[in-house]
Amino acid sequence: MATTAFIYDAVRTPRGKGKKDGSLHEVKPVDLLAGLLNGLRDRHSLDTSKVDDVIMGCVTPIGEQGSCVAKTALLKAGWDERVAGFQLDRFCASGLEAVNLAAQKVASGWEDLVVAGGVECMSRVPMGSNGGAWGEDPQTAFDSSFVPQGVGADLIATLANFSREDVDAFALNSQKKAAAARDAGYFDKSVLPVKDENGVTILERDEFIKPDSSLEGLAGLKASFEFHGSLGYDDIALSKYPQVVKINHIHTPGNSSGIVDGASAVLIGSEKIGAELGLKARGRIVATAVTSTEPTIMLTGPAPATWKVLEKAGMSIDDIDLFEVNEAFASVVLRFQKETGVPDEKINVNGGSIAMGHPLGATGAMLVGTCLDELERRNLRFGLITLCVGGGMGIATIIERV
Amino acid sequence: MSGTFNYQKDSNNIVTVTMDMSGPVNAMNDEYIELMSATVERLEAERADIAGVILTSAKSSFFAGGDIKNMLKAVPGVDEPALFAQTESIKSLLRRLEKLGKPVVAAINGAALGGGYEICLACHYRVALNSPAVAIGLPEISLGLLPGGGGIVRLVSKMGVEKAIMPLLEGTRFKAEKAAEFGLVEELATDTDDMMTRAQAWILANPEAANPWDIKGFKIPGGDLRKPNIAQMIQGAVPMLSQKTKGLMPAPEKILDVIANTLRVDFDTALRIESRALTSLVTTPQAKNMMTFFLQMNQVNGGGSRPKDVAKSKVKKVGILGAGMMGQGIAYVSAVAGMDVVLKDINQDAADKGKAYTEMLLNKALKRGRMSEEKKAAILGRITATVDANALQGCDLIIEAVFENVDLKHAMTKELEPLLAEGGVWGSNTSTLPITLLAEASAKPDNFIGIHFFSPVDKMPLVEIIVGEKTSPETLAKAFDYSQQIKKTPIVVNDSRGFFTSRVFGTFVDEGAVLIEEGVEPVLIENLAKLVGMPVGPLAVHDEVSQQLTSKIVVTNRELNERLGDNMNVDTATGRMSKIFVEEFKRNGKAYEGGYYDYAADGSKVIWPTIRERFVKPEVDFPNLDIKERILFRQVVESVRCLEEGVLKSVADGNIGSIMGIGFPPYTGGVFQYINTYGVQKFADRAAELSELYGERFAPPALLLKKAADGELFV
Repeated sequence: MATTAFIYDAVRTPRGKGKKDGSLHEVKPVDLLAGLLNGLRDRHSLDTSKVDDVIMGCVTPIGEQGSCVAKTALLKAGWDERVAGFQLDRFCASGLEAVNLAAQKVASGWEDLVVAGGVECMSRVPMGSNGGAWGEDPQTAFDSSFVPQGVGADLIATLANFSREDVDAFALNSQKKAAAARDAGYFDKSVLPVKDENGVTILERDEFIKPDSSLEGLAGLKASFEFHGSLGYDDIALSKYPQVVKINHIHTPGNSSGIVDGASAVLIGSEKIGAELGLKARGRIVATAVTSTEPTIMLTGPAPATWKVLEKAGMSIDDIDLFEVNEAFASVVLRFQKETGVPDEKINVNGGSIAMGHPLGATGAMLVGTCLDELERRNLRFGLITLCVGGGMGIATIIERV
Repeated sequence: MSGTFNYQKDSNNIVTVTMDMSGPVNAMNDEYIELMSATVERLEAERADIAGVILTSAKSSFFAGGDIKNMLKAVPGVDEPALFAQTESIKSLLRRLEKLGKPVVAAINGAALGGGYEICLACHYRVALNSPAVAIGLPEISLGLLPGGGGIVRLVSKMGVEKAIMPLLEGTRFKAEKAAEFGLVEELATDTDDMMTRAQAWILANPEAANPWDIKGFKIPGGDLRKPNIAQMIQGAVPMLSQKTKGLMPAPEKILDVIANTLRVDFDTALRIESRALTSLVTTPQAKNMMTFFLQMNQVNGGGSRPKDVAKSKVKKVGILGAGMMGQGIAYVSAVAGMDVVLKDINQDAADKGKAYTEMLLNKALKRGRMSEEKKAAILGRITATVDANALQGCDLIIEAVFENVDLKHAMTKELEPLLAEGGVWGSNTSTLPITLLAEASAKPDNFIGIHFFSPVDKMPLVEIIVGEKTSPETLAKAFDYSQQIKKTPIVVNDSRGFFTSRVFGTFVDEGAVLIEEGVEPVLIENLAKLVGMPVGPLAVHDEVSQQLTSKIVVTNRELNERLGDNMNVDTATGRMSKIFVEEFKRNGKAYEGGYYDYAADGSKVIWPTIRERFVKPEVDFPNLDIKERILFRQVVESVRCLEEGVLKSVADGNIGSIMGIGFPPYTGGVFQYINTYGVQKFADRAAELSELYGERFAPPALLLKKAADGELFV
């Protein structure tokens, strides 16, 4: 029997607007992560020498986020030099992959205590600035029918007949839920304020949420991917979906995930190390799964990943009390609901990335924390976290509150 | 007789190498490698005593490029290592030439296309004769290949990607002046002496010449992939190109990929990558098909189907009956070709309108700077728009382009045929009526022939010549020569209902109608047709042709059946759908109320919603591949029947006619070549399978089964 991987804590920074006028723009990725790691350490008076590994997702690991930002942040944070650091990239699944990998390390018995999370300062290291063969290398792009993922999101909506009104209404709902949750203090337990070297607070709470959003305001935004589509990407997508007349471009900055800066960290360990260090388990990782689907539409992975993880866990979809489905684009969540039948009341109950932003490499681990907090607040048992992922991949994790 | 690279050193120690290979042209083959290798070795050995080198040709062209016949023999999975090695050895010779340390100049006395221009690019300087014989460019893409002799790498390195990308992806051929303007050659010369003098002068002025990429610190003009706008341009070129190729043609993709590699790695590495890419293309079906198309075009245009022993003729005066869409187009192309044209209609307004069409086209050319006022006036001056039959007196050729009605056409022939000059030819531009039947009204049926034009005449490059039962070889030769006078490619077919092109084109439209009857979603039909390479979907095409016309054709065909005692099937899906459209929906086609589509004023179109309600069966779920192949197979099987019945006399005519006349996808090399690279046996098996699944119209004809059994290709 494998060792149970317990979640001892899950923290994150607030999410700052990912632009020059965003509060966290002045903070270096390495400092944002180091600050969060030390916040975690201090909450538990953690003897960092007991940590085997620190795994951090980062989707744009170049420049100041490059060269294994996980270990660099550990050096900056002054953790025990025996702690190893590991940066990984599985596109938008990176943060959750870090958690899953940490759980697997602990479950295997080969490591005892691992920190998993992610960091993405999108205002400083722009999305896509690390290039990659998929979109940039002509032969690879031709061979794999590459299209930008926003076009895929619009294609999902077109195929399912989701209208602009549908996705805007979804977006508005996300804003309302997120604003209500933040204002009610639901996030306060896990959000560690970002402070400067003098201890002066730079950002205390999520700043991306737009509580004053309205359907009229959302309806006025311009479709983001119409131009990309017109360059020929629509035609590439339709070559795989020839039953479609034309792609209905309905995703805008208002109903897609926001560009933000942020970091996350989850402390995962065995029962034994918890006892040794006096840590109190909050939850456990029940099962994890990754899968992949048709890469051109790209964003249809969550439901297949969900079925896969449920099967691994020997559970049914009705056993899950709360779902966090990353709001990369509104249509991704709407499709997930259509495919799984999960009701509104169980899904993204405190809003999601449309309202709060999606710091690519960090989001997955943030969602673990958000889900666990809410399970505790509602006194529920099982949560499932899933994200759509570049390349057509999907990832899912089931957690149990203990 | 063996060829030479003549080596002459002059008093200035300039060596002139005159390429004179054993064939009619200089070409890149084993002989070239031998000759070039010996030349380069000698130049290297005598380097100290040489001031520079001029490379020129003893032929009327400079250098013709790759050896297509040889490349066609390449066997996939077998010959790649040898192809790669050969390409690399061609390249290494050019590399040694450009690194000789002495100036090397190309003196371009004639066409330098493909490999020919790649040799020029490896020189340090290019002087071209300013002559119509000079054509310059890298057109390999049109053969499904890429410039593998350093053409991509050198052109990009020479002029930067932003400039080099279009000639590479479009295979543009430049005339001398345009080539100089674009920077493909550095100087133009008035005659051969001037060319040699200029080449010598440059050598003496540039004793230390080297190509920029061999000078330390070289950077590609405009920047490489590290520059954001260049990276973006390459990335953006992918979807742009995909729109054109639909993933059906690997050559444009490979070219872009080699361009990107050139912008990322050093010059010599890029050259090697280019060789690998060319090697990978040579054995693809697409390259084989497009190379075959090239050879068959030469065969057709070279008179493969023209009677050999008839002297070449020239039409001086042509009469055109009927100034409708076809008549006015025929008038235009004839006048542009220098003929006197009599455009006759029964109504002067119509005749004048027909002539005005030429004026409109000429004005367009004028606006684009491709026409002078004088030339325009001269062309218009050659067209007489009239109602007067006497104006036709003395025509070498009369082309009748009136309504598709046997009695009307008979009457015209009887009335106007006597006006033809002695030995003049009567041509009928019909697309449905048998020539032999129409010729019954003629006093000289041996001078009677079908000349089937395609619409719009000024743009469509094909003419289908139909030989009636009594048509003489002389008449065929004259019609053939006329077609070439107006710069069209003529294919020759025997008389039969629908001839070749209309018959096969009809199956394309009909398969669309069958799919509708079966309940397939119309958008899917249209998109799959385009995805398999048809320029337009069959439903849109039916709308263009108009349901009104196709329903009339049913009536005509029924009448013809009676008249001829024939039993051509008139109960077709096209016929049934046309009837529903015209009688029930009151939708006569695009030019009228719309058809399958509703047409908006801005040119956009959407499927008329009733089509879906009336015909689509959601439970119908044919595999996409089946639908795609049905659309092609239907046309191919019909073409095989045409060959079997003797309607087509040659495979080449069928291949060329299908691509240039009815839009069969170019990557296939035409209806018959498609079978060859599909695999004849495999094609026959698949046709049998489709017949089993979807109907007997796909059943493999005996000729196909025989070819499959004998292991023969359609050649």
